[in-house]
Amino acid sequence: MTLELSHFSAAVLFALCASIVFGITQRNTTREMLRYGAYCFALFVGGVIVAGWAMWIIKR
Amino acid sequence: MANANEAKTKTSPTPAQPLTAIAIAAPVAGWLVPGAGHIIQKRWIRGLLLMFAVVVLFLAGLGMQGKVYAFNTGDLLDILGFFGDLGTGALYVAARSMDWGQGAVHRATADYGTKFIIVAGLLNLVSAVDAYHIASGKKQ
Repeated sequence: MTLELSHFSAAVLFALCASIVFGITQRNTTREMLRYGAYCFALFVGGVIVAGWAMWIIKR
Repeated sequence: MANANEAKTKTSPTPAQPLTAIAIAAPVAGWLVPGAGHIIQKRWIRGLLLMFAVVVLFLAGLGMQGKVYAFNTGDLLDILGFFGDLGTGALYVAARSMDWGQGAVHRATADYGTKFIIVAGLLNLVSAVDAYHIASGKKQ
């Protein structure tokens, strides 16, 4: 089995899995878990997008 | 007087938690089978979500032709990679026994896969510690 993922989709998959674990393990209530998981996911994906644009600017 | 009591409360050490059987079994089960530490404590949804996250990350790493490290005494990063991979517990044993995860240096995404597998192990260790905290009453 070979999985063909683009860089972005690999980063999103990584962000999803890591955010689930961080959300569950780092907070106490269900509401806080959801909020923190979403926060981590947004930071992961946002960081990827910002880093992507930064590399595009550096390349120009 | 009230301040003195408050200060005394703040400085007094946390009483030691009794080491129960579930406090030992939960992290061990959680390490061996991702999410099992939560599931045996009837945290079904949390356990299944943790299992999903760790197993998907591990399988995605294998699918991307990532490398599963064997025990080694070579490069420091290889040694650390082994300990990271070992965190996946039974998944690591299965991958090694089935000879999966040989790594493919000619594929650009294989290096990502290697990191996915290591991170799956590290996240599983975090989950196992969380299962211990629940079992010992430090967390709900």
